[in-house]
Amino acid sequence: MATEFIARGQDLELKGIRKEFPGFVAVDNLDLKIPAGEFFALLGPSGCGKTTTLRMIAGLESPSKGEILLGGKDIAGMKPHERPVNTVFQNYALFPHMSVLENVAFGIRQRKLNEPLAKAEKALAMVELEHLAQRRPQQLSGGQQQRVALARALVNRPSLLLLDEPLGALDLKLRRQMQIELKAIQMEVGLTFLHVTHDQEEAMDMADTVAVMNQGHIEQLGSPEVLYDRPKTAFVAKFLGQSNMFIGKVTETNSETTSIEYKGKKITGLTKRSEKVTGVIAIGVRPEKTYFHETQPIDDPGLNILGPGEITDIRFTGVSNQYQIDIPGIGVMTVFAQNIGRSPVVELGAQVYVSWKIEHSFGLSDLPSGVEEEQ
Amino acid sequence: MTRFSLGKYLLPTYVFLTFLFLMVPIGYTFVFSFNDSIKSNIIWRGFTLDNWLNVCDQADVCGAFGNSLLVAVTATAVSTVLGTMIAIALVRYRFKFRSATNLLLFLPLATPEVVMGAGLAAQFLDFGWTKGLTTVIIAHVMFTLSFVVVTVKARVATLDPALEEAGRDLYASPMQVFWKITFPLLLPGILSAAMLAFALSFDDFIITQFNSGSVDTFPKFVYTAAARGIPPEANVVGSFVFIVAIAIVIAVQVRSALKKRKLLSK
Repeated sequence: MATEFIARGQDLELKGIRKEFPGFVAVDNLDLKIPAGEFFALLGPSGCGKTTTLRMIAGLESPSKGEILLGGKDIAGMKPHERPVNTVFQNYALFPHMSVLENVAFGIRQRKLNEPLAKAEKALAMVELEHLAQRRPQQLSGGQQQRVALARALVNRPSLLLLDEPLGALDLKLRRQMQIELKAIQMEVGLTFLHVTHDQEEAMDMADTVAVMNQGHIEQLGSPEVLYDRPKTAFVAKFLGQSNMFIGKVTETNSETTSIEYKGKKITGLTKRSEKVTGVIAIGVRPEKTYFHETQPIDDPGLNILGPGEITDIRFTGVSNQYQIDIPGIGVMTVFAQNIGRSPVVELGAQVYVSWKIEHSFGLSDLPSGVEEEQ
Repeated sequence: MTRFSLGKYLLPTYVFLTFLFLMVPIGYTFVFSFNDSIKSNIIWRGFTLDNWLNVCDQADVCGAFGNSLLVAVTATAVSTVLGTMIAIALVRYRFKFRSATNLLLFLPLATPEVVMGAGLAAQFLDFGWTKGLTTVIIAHVMFTLSFVVVTVKARVATLDPALEEAGRDLYASPMQVFWKITFPLLLPGILSAAMLAFALSFDDFIITQFNSGSVDTFPKFVYTAAARGIPPEANVVGSFVFIVAIAIVIAVQVRSALKKRKLLSK
């Protein structure tokens, strides 16, 4: 029953979840396991099914198929008000006809627990808004409303807290600040957080584990570092930051390295960092892992070297410069060089070579879309 | 340099004249409710409070007024409850014949009252129902319902469904969500719909005339009385209704102004 709550997070497990809407499948055979106490992010573009997944966990949509296990118990058949799950809604959804304090006390009152107002005051103190308790939500700023919504959910000590793009409506500076606060609160209360967002920086910043979702299924799941360093699909590689991509037929592969031929050039990666080692594959590298040289580097089996090419664009982004280098017969490559005074000083139009270590290559399991024209 | 400004003189004069034009009949009714009349209430014969103090001496006036009140209150209550439920269903749920229902609800708004009144009268005759208070109330529910639905629907449309979802998420059952969240937020719309329904029902003449039989309502009484000279008691009732309506409007305005000031001062 909804009155028995555990004051700590619980495991969440989704088994074969599918959600069909008339005319399309929003979520297709989704499996997911979130350990208790973890900050987990579901990341994906709009329409990828992440919000539908969250709504099914909250009980606001019912899955067409599959199980939702919370602490080992199937909650898929339970009504939203019977689930020990609370949500921070995208636009906060604060009740406009109640004071801030009454908003926060709402869940406690519904469950008929003792001292609803005292508990609500404590929750407001946690988000440092106790001085605004008597105001109406409309009188607060966006960031304050966001914190009230968080307090209103957290005061119930749910086994699982769902966050539906909770920072989407805030400006950049406030968003960064709220990210830090949210993470601190999650560490303090030790609850399981499931955060849905389309902002990859936000997901990577806050979450212990990120699941990248695309077209109703999970493309890849892992720590932010792993996802960024070793994307397994073209979608993940593109969604999490930029990359230079080369597509070609595998020419040689052994236990150490795998190489492809790309427009007459050999591009090599490590076999253990390749999802696929036969046929036509895509090998990528992040722009900040690449270097450029004013003179031709000495051939080295540990390096991929391309060039020479012309610098066609230089963009100053603060901590680094972003260069576009057009290499004849290869295409345009992007290189990031940090502004720490160590990179060669080059100007627009300069001829340079580009290199990167083979261990920085990553091999994908699929090909980027629209690949035919590049081959 | 001075320039003759059309807006400065002409516009206020025009507005003043318009208001004067609108207010004269009301002012006349109000003033003549204090007339010490003998037979007809057309010539001013001196000031008296008798009409106001002994308004029910003219039994027909008070009886008709009571009937109108009874019909308006009952019809308003029924059509507000039904109309609110229909409005919520039309905005929130997808069902068969939803757009057809939407369209059909507009029909009573567009149909001439004479046609509707006559049609209803024919129906009641068909069913063999005796015309009286019940048939009037049924007729009034029918024609006020559309106004209620249209008014409440506009309010439901502006209600963020996420608020109700938040209620469900915070352990409120569907019934609790309705009474604690949906209803309080719809209340301003429901109240204005009820006021509109009441006003329409209270002064309806045409549909009532067709369906009331021998029962007298206030508009019917005034219409009949006009033939031989309206008694000042009718002016009293008319002025009274007008004053109550104006008082309600002023009270609502003052309340919302105070609320706004309270919100701003914090």
